[in-house]
Amino acid sequence: MNSTHEPGHILVVDDNKVNRLLLTHGLEQQGHTVETAENGRQALEKLHAGNFDLVLLDIEMPEMNGYQTLEACMQDTSLRDMPIIMTSSLDELDSVIKCVEMGAEDYLVKPLNPTLLRARITASLEKKRLRDQQRKLFRTFATDQVADQLLNEGFSLGGKYVDASVMFADIRSFTTLSETREPTEIIELLNNYFALMFDAIIGHGGTVNQIEGDGLMAVFGTPIRHDDHCEQAVRAALEMLELLDGFNQEQAALNKPQIRNGIGIASGRMISGYTGTQQHATFTCVGDTVNLAARIEDHTKIALRPILIDRNTCAQLSEEIGIEALGPVLFKGKSIPVEIFAVNPV
Amino acid sequence: MASVIDMNAFENLKQMAGADFIGELINTFLDDAPQLMKQLHSSLNSNDAESFRRAAHSLKSNAASFGANHLSALAKELEMLGRENKLNEVGDRLKALEEAYQVAALELIGMAS
Repeated sequence: MNSTHEPGHILVVDDNKVNRLLLTHGLEQQGHTVETAENGRQALEKLHAGNFDLVLLDIEMPEMNGYQTLEACMQDTSLRDMPIIMTSSLDELDSVIKCVEMGAEDYLVKPLNPTLLRARITASLEKKRLRDQQRKLFRTFATDQVADQLLNEGFSLGGKYVDASVMFADIRSFTTLSETREPTEIIELLNNYFALMFDAIIGHGGTVNQIEGDGLMAVFGTPIRHDDHCEQAVRAALEMLELLDGFNQEQAALNKPQIRNGIGIASGRMISGYTGTQQHATFTCVGDTVNLAARIEDHTKIALRPILIDRNTCAQLSEEIGIEALGPVLFKGKSIPVEIFAVNPV
Repeated sequence: MASVIDMNAFENLKQMAGADFIGELINTFLDDAPQLMKQLHSSLNSNDAESFRRAAHSLKSNAASFGANHLSALAKELEMLGRENKLNEVGDRLKALEEAYQVAALELIGMAS
């Protein structure tokens, strides 16, 4: 009984010694490594201590039965994604159905059928591997906080009103720059630039939800709520400038092009949510506040100040941050002038 | 004498455990089963239906694994009595179970070697 699939680390939980021996030996023959527990309490201890891929869980056990163990696993964020296969006798099928409804991956009826055992274990391990892979991929593209929130609360399309800060940042005169340089150099430059900007944004609790060309859009205060999102957004902007200064010094030393950017921030109510389809969705924010932030960022070219913010953002800032009122500006397409403030770089 | 072991079930078990391991598995069962029957007696005497039910459940499960279907069915009856808290209805059933065990055990010992 050699398995052609990748082996897993499996925890067998059963109070019955014959069953434990049988499963351990059978699974080891299929190439898996196996540990055992005699009841739910022991199982939870082992699960917290070890790195398992799968649990085979008996229902009828003393001290802590399979049902209670499953419930404890489902309530524990570190164990919730562990695939659990219930093992039970045919006359416990009612309880098994309840367990599957509660989140058990699958079930096996005792006496165990070797073919079924093998098939269910292979399928569960395969699903676990895919989930782990997905999670890893997901972490590459989303910040840890967003990833955790999505993994815990699940993903659904649709939005809600939130109070948050939006930031737009663009590189100044990038088009001119890109026309005079080699494509590989331009992409490398952009990648280095974005790496620094992402660092500053994520470091201040923000989420980058759009990159387009040389521009980016980031939000603070959603999808993860932060009450101090205005301060966080502005501090992120200040750090972005600081990092960019350091980057430019390195570029100058290497006789490579330097870049400048403009950052606009606006705060207030907006609609935040996941848009797209179930297969391809992005987190985004829409509304007047978002439009305003984009206009303010555009205005940095005229005001010749690297960071501009709106009144809502300004009102929430601590005194440590140096602000200068630039007066009202009438943006294209708006009927009422908007007050704009410049943030002084440190 | 007709076999009390369901050979389909036994082959199933052998396939899962591996032919070289089946002997050890039978020995484990033959070690455990007398303990479980002892538990049935003592919990019957102390009128501990929960302990009675548990022991009967384990016997039922193990007997079924080895294809000792009659023994498993008798254990299941006892398990039900324990679950329904009707230990007063056990009567001769425990004795019948012990006899069925002895027949099955004898046959299993022959298959272990």
